[in-house]
Amino acid sequence: MLDRRTLLKSSAAIGAVALAGPALAASHGPLKVVATFSILGDMVQRVGGKHISLTTLVGPNGDAHVYQPVPADAKAVSQAQLLVVNGLAFEGWLDRLVEASGFKGARVVATDGIKPLPTEEHHDDDDDHKKEAEHKDHDDHKDHDDHKDKHKDHDEHKEEAGHDDHHGHHHGEFDPHAWQSLAHAATYVDNITAALSKADPANASSYYQNRAAYVAEIQAMDAKLRKLVDALPKDSRTVVTPHDAFGYLAVSYGLKFVAPQGISTESEVSAADVAKLIRQIREEKIKAVFIENIADDRLIKQISNETGATIGGALYSDALSEPSGPAGTYLDMMNHNVTTLTKALSS
Amino acid sequence: MWDLLIEPFAEFGFMRRALIGCIAVSVGATPVGVFLMLRRMSLTGDAMAHAILPGAAIGFLISGLSLGAMTIGGMVAGMAVALLSGFVTRVTALREDASLAAFYLISLALGVLIVSTRGSNVDLMHVLFGTVLALDDAALILLTSISSLSLFTLALFFRPLVLECADPQFLRSVSGLSAITHFTFLSLVVMNLVGGFHALGTLMAVGIMIVPAAAARFWVTSIGGLVAVAITIAILSSASGLLLSYHYSLPSGPAIILAAGLAYIASLMIGPVGSMATQYRGQVPSQS
Repeated sequence: MLDRRTLLKSSAAIGAVALAGPALAASHGPLKVVATFSILGDMVQRVGGKHISLTTLVGPNGDAHVYQPVPADAKAVSQAQLLVVNGLAFEGWLDRLVEASGFKGARVVATDGIKPLPTEEHHDDDDDHKKEAEHKDHDDHKDHDDHKDKHKDHDEHKEEAGHDDHHGHHHGEFDPHAWQSLAHAATYVDNITAALSKADPANASSYYQNRAAYVAEIQAMDAKLRKLVDALPKDSRTVVTPHDAFGYLAVSYGLKFVAPQGISTESEVSAADVAKLIRQIREEKIKAVFIENIADDRLIKQISNETGATIGGALYSDALSEPSGPAGTYLDMMNHNVTTLTKALSS
Repeated sequence: MWDLLIEPFAEFGFMRRALIGCIAVSVGATPVGVFLMLRRMSLTGDAMAHAILPGAAIGFLISGLSLGAMTIGGMVAGMAVALLSGFVTRVTALREDASLAAFYLISLALGVLIVSTRGSNVDLMHVLFGTVLALDDAALILLTSISSLSLFTLALFFRPLVLECADPQFLRSVSGLSAITHFTFLSLVVMNLVGGFHALGTLMAVGIMIVPAAAARFWVTSIGGLVAVAITIAILSSASGLLLSYHYSLPSGPAIILAAGLAYIASLMIGPVGSMATQYRGQVPSQS
């Protein structure tokens, strides 16, 4: 099965090479930016505003873990002046696509400067300690001025992530879902702003203006959501989701997430994983389990059946909903997720 | 012993459901696999598994993760491939294997095309490759119905099927049942594969159909015996695969098929009929 998937991906890449054609980098008109998935796309659009023309590769409700690029993607990438990626081995298919498309622009890794969570970590014990560390990180990044240094500092880490990609796995060393922390989102926005300003210095002031407004909104949302979670009783803070996408949210707000599927939606579950989870739900009397917009929900429904935990609603983990849905923008998504969680956990 | 073998099933409903689902698939699909093997069509199972992909994909795209839509879609696509290839074989000079290969490849390509155009929406591959740990009531009812219907049909067509295996020319000359038998049999293959892919995923469904049948071949010679031994091996492999998955955290589908694979390898080495052991003994004539 895995073989077939790999085969499909490589054939898509070959198709992309054939059809991408020569790169036509336009030097006039709005800055051509490609973002890899919907959440990143929303952030880039907020910062770029009307000065950029944005293409998002993996759209709303799409799963970027296992995405198969199509020739149109290669075309978009080949014409882009700036490519915004999440990094941390999240987009395993990206390197091949970039190579195939003959992309010549700049590439910005949005997670640059974020201290990533290791994947083995189950963030059980030292939540509080990490919370502190993250706050500090966040404060550092309020200033965009020290960005260049940050870039240098974290080159090492970027290489590691790239190295993971080459193995063709999505089980990188680090949890890539860093946008699930609003503090990290501010770093994303800073990285995006710096890259946009560098690629298009004429509109830099506009980008920084947008950034300031956006970061203020992010911080307001952070404060609001933190209050919601703080109101939860200490003993009902465990959340069951299909795949392990909420590690950063857990660390930021002192929640605990467990999932039968690992970090990537691509891994297969074993009976042992499911049994362990069911035991945990029974022992800790966990009240609610959640489904995700991008993951197969049959297993979670089965677990809910067996344990009597109710299905608390759908969370948006790796992709936004349609614009009209409950999580059409990044901030709406965070709001929806935490509101849904706290409602189900406190009932 | 209790902890090792019984406790997982006693404690967890999902393990019981998985076991029941696997038993249903074993009882329904394995006899069909025996006939596939006897008719030298073992690889047809694999071809058919690919052929049902576009139907299931269309079913999923129309009505989401609906058991009914995906089942009907898979059945329609599989039957279309079976009928078309049969039709081509009967009206043109092309042999059945070639026409089946052509149609299943067309069907597979169509499936991949459909999956890829909408593939970014949830991982369709994941949806199509079911997991045995997430069988709900509807899926279990579907699996048991398919396996009952399959057994009943096999019983009804047992004699013509055996004849068709042994001497298709003879059956064709004495009875008009030949074509009907053939297509009924192919529809049984499709039906069991569609049922199996809800439980195990397409590839794994073919595995539980063919591998136990191939293993049984080394133990008995009569058709009834083959069916009985194959079903027994399939059920034992399902149970041990699930237990392996439980105790050693292995993905369940592959664990089940690998358990059947081990049974196959053991059979081909030590089985009493035509195995490596008997072949070796055959080369050195016994003195007594």
